[in-house]
Amino acid sequence: MKTLLLALVAATALSGAAQAEGQLNIYNWVEYTSPEMLAKFEKETGIKVTVDTYDTNETLLAKLKAGGTGYDVVVPSQHFVEILIKEGLLQETGAGGMSTYANVDQRWQKPVWDPEAKYCAPWQWGTASIAYRKDLYGKEMTSLKEFFEPEEALKGKVQVFKSPDEVYNLANIYLNKPFCSENAEDAKAVQGLFEAQKPAVVTYNSENQNDNLANGTSIVANNWNGFTMRARMDSKTDIAYAFPKEGVVGWFDSACVPAGAQNADNAKKFLEFIMKPENIALQSNYARYSNAIVGADKFLDKDLASAPEMNVPEGVPVKFGQACSPEAQKLIDKVWTKLLQ
Amino acid sequence: MQRTQISAWLGVAPAWFVIGIFGVLPMLIMLGISFMVADPYGGVEPAYSHEAYIQFLFERDLDDSLIFNPIYLNIVLRSVGLAAITTALCLIVGLPVAYFIARQPESRRDVLILLITIPFWTNLLIRTYAWILILTRNGVVDARLQSVGFEAGTFDLLYTNTAVLIGLVYSYLPFMVLPLYASLEKMDFRLAEAASDLYANRWRVAWEVILPLAKPGIVAGCLLVFVPSIGAFIAPDLLGGGKRMMLGSLIYFQFATARNWPFGAAVSILLMAFVMLALLVYARVNKGQGLPAGGH
Repeated sequence: MKTLLLALVAATALSGAAQAEGQLNIYNWVEYTSPEMLAKFEKETGIKVTVDTYDTNETLLAKLKAGGTGYDVVVPSQHFVEILIKEGLLQETGAGGMSTYANVDQRWQKPVWDPEAKYCAPWQWGTASIAYRKDLYGKEMTSLKEFFEPEEALKGKVQVFKSPDEVYNLANIYLNKPFCSENAEDAKAVQGLFEAQKPAVVTYNSENQNDNLANGTSIVANNWNGFTMRARMDSKTDIAYAFPKEGVVGWFDSACVPAGAQNADNAKKFLEFIMKPENIALQSNYARYSNAIVGADKFLDKDLASAPEMNVPEGVPVKFGQACSPEAQKLIDKVWTKLLQ
Repeated sequence: MQRTQISAWLGVAPAWFVIGIFGVLPMLIMLGISFMVADPYGGVEPAYSHEAYIQFLFERDLDDSLIFNPIYLNIVLRSVGLAAITTALCLIVGLPVAYFIARQPESRRDVLILLITIPFWTNLLIRTYAWILILTRNGVVDARLQSVGFEAGTFDLLYTNTAVLIGLVYSYLPFMVLPLYASLEKMDFRLAEAASDLYANRWRVAWEVILPLAKPGIVAGCLLVFVPSIGAFIAPDLLGGGKRMMLGSLIYFQFATARNWPFGAAVSILLMAFVMLALLVYARVNKGQGLPAGGH
C-alpha cells in the first residue's frame, strides 16, 4: 500500500515537471478538438497536448477571470473574443503577422472582433437557423416568418433554443432591428413576436432537436448547421436546414492565448499550425464545421465539402452576434424571463 | 479538568471545521455576492448594493420609480406548488411501499432496501434522460403500442406537466421511502394487533395507530423531498420542455446567461430563507406535542 502511494506521489510530481517544457494545454468546447490534428501537431513539434473542455462561453470567461487556469489556448466565440480582449484576459500573439495568416479567407481576415488580428487565429464558424422535416412540412422554408409566425399545422411542433442568444438575433433579423438594441420599443417588438409564437412551441431546448425532429415531436426546430448535417445523415427521415431570405445568425470561434499562459510560445506555434489548410481540414472533418482557410476544401471529406448546410446560398446574409452593452443585455434577459415566467 | 475540556473541544473541532468549510462558508459567499454589483460580463464588482433584492419584487420605470413586478413571485409560487404536489405523491406512493418492506422477514428487507437505493448508483441526469426515451413519441412505450396496432404518438407524454411530475416523483421517492422505513421498522406491530383485537377496523388501525407511530418518518421524508424539489431543474427542464421557468432554472439563467450573479445569489438566499422559515414554523407547531414515537 505504501509503495503504491509513493508511486502515485512520484507520478504526480513527474507530470508536474513535464508541464514546464514542451507542453500545450488547450481549453476548448466539448467534442470540438480533432484528435488526429493534435496527433499531427505533436508529431511535428514534439509538444505534448492536453485538452480540457467547457460547454459555454460564460464558463470560459468565469474560469479565465478566476485566473491560474494553466491553459495556453482557448476557443471563444466572436462576441466573447471582444469581451475577453476588453477584460485584458487575452495576450497579443501577432496572429496577423504569422506566416500562415495569408491562408485565411479574405472575408475573415481582420474581423470586427479582432480588427487588427493581433490576438486570434480562426478556428471554425457556422450558422444558427432552423432545421425542419421536409416530408412533414411539405415545402421549402424560405422565410423566418414561417418560424416566428407558424401556420396552424405547426401548432405544438415548433422547437426554440433554450437561451435567448441566437434566437433573439434571429428575431431581430426578421423584424429588421439592430442587434444589441438599447431601445425598449425594439425589445417590445421582439417580445410580442415571441409571445405570439409561444402557443406553437413544444419546447425551449437546445439539446434534443435532432431526436425530436427524427421522431416527429417537432417539425421545425432551431438548430445549427453542423448539427443539422449530422441529423440529416444519421436519420432516415428528410431533415433540411433553412437559409431564410432575411438572413441567418453566424458564430465564429477563434483560437486565442490567455494572458499569463505558461506555454505562450507553444500556443503561437499552434495558432500558426491551424492556419494551414491540411491541418484545419482535419479539424473540420472531425467537428464537421466550416473553417476560414482557403485551400482546405480539397482536404475535406466529400460529403462535408458538398453539404448544403455548409454552403450559404448567394444573397442570404450571415449576421454575427455581438457583445451587447449591459443595458441591451438587460432588455434581452427581461424579454426572455417574461416569456418563460 | 481543563485538559478534558480542551480535548473535548479538539474532539469536535473536525466537525466544526467541516461544517464551516462546506456548509457555512459557501453560504456566506453567496450572501456576500447577493449584496454586490453585477459585473456586465459575469462575476461581481466589489461595491455594496441591495438592488438584487429590490429586483425580486419591483421593476424600475423610466423615471426610476418602482413598479410591482410579479414575474419572479410567479416562478417561486409555481416551484413551491410543484414541490408540494411532488411531496404529496411521494408520500402516497412511498408509505405503502415502506410499510410493505417493514413487514417482510428481516433477510428480505435488506434486499428490498438495497433495491430502493440502486437508482443512486447512476447520475440523476442520465436517469432523467432515460425517462425522455420512455415518454417520448416513438419512444420505448409508444413503439410497443405501435407494434400492436396503435397509431404513432398515442403515448406521447414528453414536454407535459405529467412528465415533470413523473420525473420528480421518480427522482425523490427514495428520500421518502428510506426515512419512512426507518421509523416503521422500529414500530411495534403488536400495537396494531392490539387495536384490531379491540375491534378497530383496518382504516382506524392505519389512521390512529400506524400513522402516528410513523410520523417522524413522514415528517423527515416530506422535508427531504420538498426541499430539493423546490430547487429542482433537471426534470422540469428536460421533461417539461422548459416552457415555464422554475426557481432552479431561474437561478441558473441568472448565473449562466443573464450574467447577473447578485440576483441569482439573492434568489438562492431567498429560497434558503423560505425553507428555513418553513422548518421553524414546523418546529414551533410540533413543540407542544412532544416526540410521537421512539421518545421513551
